[in-house]
Amino acid sequence: MKHKISLTVNGTTYTHEVEPRLLLVHYIRDVLGLTGTHIGCDTTSCGACTIHMNGKAVKSCTVLAVQADGAQLLTVEGLARDGQLHPIQEGFWEEHGLQCGFCTPGMMLAALELLQRIPDPTEEQIRAGIEGNLCRCTGYQHIVNAIQYAARKMRGEEPRKAAV
Amino acid sequence: MIPAAFEYVAPTSVQEAIALLQQHGDEAKVLAGGHSLLPIMKFRLAQPKLVVDIGRIPGLDGIARSGDTITIGALATHDAVERSGLLREHCPLLPETASVIGDMQVRNRGTIGGSLAHADPAADYPGAVLALDAEIVARGPGGTRTIPARDFFVEMLTTALQPAELITEVRVPVIGKGTGTAYVKHAHPASGYAVVGVAVVLEAGGGTCRRCAIGINGVAGKAYRATAVERALAGRALDEKTVAAAAAHAADGVDVQGDLYASSDFRAHLASVYTKRAVLLAASRAG
Ligand SMILES: Cc1cc2nc3c(=O)[nH]c(=O)nc-3n(C[C@H](O)[C@H](O)[C@H](O)COP(=O)(O)OP(=O)(O)OC[C@H]3O[C@@H](n4cnc5c(N)ncnc54)[C@H](O)[C@@H]3O)c2cc1C
Ligand code: FES
Ligand code: FES
Repeated sequence: MKHKISLTVNGTTYTHEVEPRLLLVHYIRDVLGLTGTHIGCDTTSCGACTIHMNGKAVKSCTVLAVQADGAQLLTVEGLARDGQLHPIQEGFWEEHGLQCGFCTPGMMLAALELLQRIPDPTEEQIRAGIEGNLCRCTGYQHIVNAIQYAARKMRGEEPRKAAV
Repeated sequence: MIPAAFEYVAPTSVQEAIALLQQHGDEAKVLAGGHSLLPIMKFRLAQPKLVVDIGRIPGLDGIARSGDTITIGALATHDAVERSGLLREHCPLLPETASVIGDMQVRNRGTIGGSLAHADPAADYPGAVLALDAEIVARGPGGTRTIPARDFFVEMLTTALQPAELITEVRVPVIGKGTGTAYVKHAHPASGYAVVGVAVVLEAGGGTCRRCAIGINGVAGKAYRATAVERALAGRALDEKTVAAAAAHAADGVDVQGDLYASSDFRAHLASVYTKRAVLLAASRAG
């Protein structure tokens, strides 16, 4: 039996009838057409499918769409505002925090919760915060730099670039 | 990977959930955070006909103190346990344990009730609840009962819960002055689960061990109390040599698991090494 769900994604409210077994990531990608959220492993390991659900980073391949009924979601498409990149997106741009870009949407959403919890994280805290997100390209250092850049910008400081 | 089709219901009370479980028997499965159940449903290792989502039952996620006991609702996430000020102050073993479960996203979804009910031998909470002599409160068709942690883990992935019973809360003691606690884990490099995890609650006085309780997960098919080590430490000095000699008994009498990552000999060795570290760390915190 299908279930009616109603939820808000990046500020827009949607209502759909879904099968209980529909995974949230498939709902976001296939039903809403928001393909910025990626599927890497499908086994809760890689974090590519990370979104925010009610303000918390979650792996949307391991949540049912019906569990998100009534929730507020944020996906990578909701980060930029009025054509302005989010400081985290700007950090990834400036610091070359991506190569192929596959891990990037999930990485940025994990970074967002990390920075909401710890506005001035140490490198160690950044690495712990993105522990659930795998990147096969960058070796992580530029991702760490990108998050540091974003942290400075979000604290209202001059977002000085990392020395390379 | 897509789970097999199932019907879904999200009851809003514990009674309603129990009635559904009773009515549907083996065909129904409880869903809490879904971070053990959904992965196995995606692999189709579990194909329940009915999923009973308890995640929307109000009042099951609180953490509160009454007297010398702290009660943690079954739906408290690992993240909520890790960050609870009350637990950090009065029962820091649980936040320390929760902080090393999986990753941030896993901790945001997984719940203490789900972890205990799943009873994965490599999970992190079982050792801690054993060492704390915690009580697991279960509600079923016959009413509410309290299961001591020692009686809760029956074997791999099997607990003392009856089919239509739900864990509603976990009760742990307030840790007083003079008692130190620690959880030390050797995480599997790929999965992050415990290859060996040792939880210690140790009451010290004048440099000696008055009483200690040690729970170990990851090593055997179910978490266990390292009673041989507890006995060897009671009344003894807490110096490194004495602790190491006692910790050598960490895997006495248990059937040590072996796998591709860690043979049973290596795992037994790790159990001793991590037991020594956890005891010394708990002793250093018993101020
Ligand atoms: C990538 C990844 C890494 C992980 N790493 C670790 C780790 O390092 N250490 C660790 O300990 N765990 C780890 N886990 C497991 C995680 O902690 C799970 O959240 C936990 O084991 C199950 O909790 P849940 O709330 O998600 O339960 P669910 O998956 O919803 O349920 C698990 C089982 O318990 C039953 N159940 C749930 N709640 C109740 C209840 N209140 N009463 C009765 N039965 C109930 C369900 O029917 C099901 O059988 C990891 C999981 C993932 C996906
Ligand atoms: S696709 Fe969800 S964690 Fe990899
Ligand atoms: S940039 Fe390619 S996986 Fe991270």
